[in-house]
Amino acid sequence: MMQHLIILPIVLPLFTGLFMLLSRNGATRSRRILALASTSLLVVAGALQVIQSGDDVVRYYALGDWQPPFGIILVLDRLSAMMVLLTAILALGSVIYACAGDDEQGSNFHGLFQLQLMGVNGAFLTGDLFNLFVFFEVLLIASYALLIHGGGKSRIHSSFHYVALNLAGSALFLIAVGVLYGVTGTLNMTDMATRIPELDASQAGLAKVGAMLLLVVFGLKAAMMPLYFWLPRAYAAAPAPVAALFVIMSKVGIYGILRIYTLIFGAQAGVLADIAQPWAWWLGLATLALGSVGVIAARDLRTQVAYLILVSIGTLLAGIGMNSQQATSALLYYMIHTTLVTGGLFLLADAIARQRGKAGARIVRSRSVTQTAPLGILFFVGAMAVVGMPPLSGAIGKTLVMQAASLPSDKAWLWSILLANGLVSVIALSRAGSTVFWRANHKEETHETMGAMRGIALVFLIGASPLISLLAGPVTEFTEATATQLSDQQRYIRAILPADTAGGDA
Amino acid sequence: MEALYATMTGALAASGLYLTLRGRTFPVVVGLTLLSYAVNLFLFSTGGLTTDGAAVIKEHTDHYADPLPQALVLTAIVIGFAMTAFSVILAIRVRGELGNDVVNVTRGDEPREDKS
Repeated sequence: MMQHLIILPIVLPLFTGLFMLLSRNGATRSRRILALASTSLLVVAGALQVIQSGDDVVRYYALGDWQPPFGIILVLDRLSAMMVLLTAILALGSVIYACAGDDEQGSNFHGLFQLQLMGVNGAFLTGDLFNLFVFFEVLLIASYALLIHGGGKSRIHSSFHYVALNLAGSALFLIAVGVLYGVTGTLNMTDMATRIPELDASQAGLAKVGAMLLLVVFGLKAAMMPLYFWLPRAYAAAPAPVAALFVIMSKVGIYGILRIYTLIFGAQAGVLADIAQPWAWWLGLATLALGSVGVIAARDLRTQVAYLILVSIGTLLAGIGMNSQQATSALLYYMIHTTLVTGGLFLLADAIARQRGKAGARIVRSRSVTQTAPLGILFFVGAMAVVGMPPLSGAIGKTLVMQAASLPSDKAWLWSILLANGLVSVIALSRAGSTVFWRANHKEETHETMGAMRGIALVFLIGASPLISLLAGPVTEFTEATATQLSDQQRYIRAILPADTAGGDA
Repeated sequence: MEALYATMTGALAASGLYLTLRGRTFPVVVGLTLLSYAVNLFLFSTGGLTTDGAAVIKEHTDHYADPLPQALVLTAIVIGFAMTAFSVILAIRVRGELGNDVVNVTRGDEPREDKS
């Protein structure tokens, strides 16, 4: 049973999603219970995977028992397990929130949601480059449908941009995969990693083209600097539970960069070693700087949160650019924090918008929210966490990332931009908070409250921040071990390929 | 043959790119379709161009074509088909909801509330 655990996070949402699409006329209540049950099980499966990967053995699951490097494999190591668990926790929060009513604004919400989870989990677990493309498409087509869930002009309009851009991105992905296959003759990522160092000069040039194209594709998914203009509009227009789940989608791009450029084009790759890291560093810093401008310029809470995601993406990319074990460990901790908190903030922006009548989530003077105290406290905690005020997790994450900068020039760039961003975010969020909660006309109140389900979801996601600050010890221990495991490519290769096919030095 | 093949793929990709950058939804969809055709042809050629080669196993021959790119192209065609169908439907929805088919209406990235 335990050896099939690896594929469970893909199969479980697949079957739940298909079942829900087939029984689409069933009762709302039973669909909600099924969605909650399936997502909770996913959390359990993710937790089991994290425990299983804790013994530092890289496990693989050969589909159809076709052994690597010939068949498609799924690989479970610490990084994959951590990402699967993170996805499941975020998804549970947004499913709980959606069950309060958002899921009934259109059809098939829960089914599509589960299929999107399948795509995300598959992308984290697969060990095959073309299979990664397929899972990207699965998660994208589900996200296209989820983005227009509930309809409305701004959603339809922003979704056409999103779809066209991602279709172009998929075309680039296929070209990159084709180039790499043509050069190395394999699609298995591990096998590719053993063949890249053996390429001669002309082939290495082609492989470099493939590698840089892949960086563009992952950069588009992660919303790296020149490729981020789609993100704020799409995420701000999406329904709240969907926007919360989309937070993990940009992390899929970060995961792709981390995986491909440590395993295939990592330190052992000869002339192609570490080709992406300098790009990630400078573009990450640029994303961070422009994200800060967006945070302070935003006139809508949801747009502001979308720009906060860009800030986190910039920080993560800069962490990848530093290319050290310490930096990787720091960015993984920061990723857990930022994913859960920004997901929670999207839900919070929606909960606030519901109680302000016509003003919605716009940062303008209007009627006050009904539940000032709970929403205000949640906003305060979320904002403190996301800007990086001690004692919450954002402060720990940012400190870890800043500590990882070792060269004086790196320090100068990263510290100044990251700290300036912290200041700007404090100003922007305190302005937003005081406008929404204090500059209000107390006469006309709506009597709408957020209800128990939404409250639970908000506390669950935003409460994750104090929780992972309390558990910072065990969490950083895990991320440090993950970073060590990522940097040891030979061990990863030996675990997957039999000795006689694994290159010269195995 | 390689030169002809490469020229055709390049021409398709260039036309696709040009159309994708147009201002109305229909040329954009057609452009994306052409782009996916170019990508499929490119993917097909990654195993090297072989004529009259056996794809899987044949006795008394060592003249083989690489079967893997063919399988990849099949997958890519299916996915590309679904995506094209979806973007056509979406373009029609855009036309219906917004009353025009201009892709790039200049407005900020603030979501607009619908006035119902």
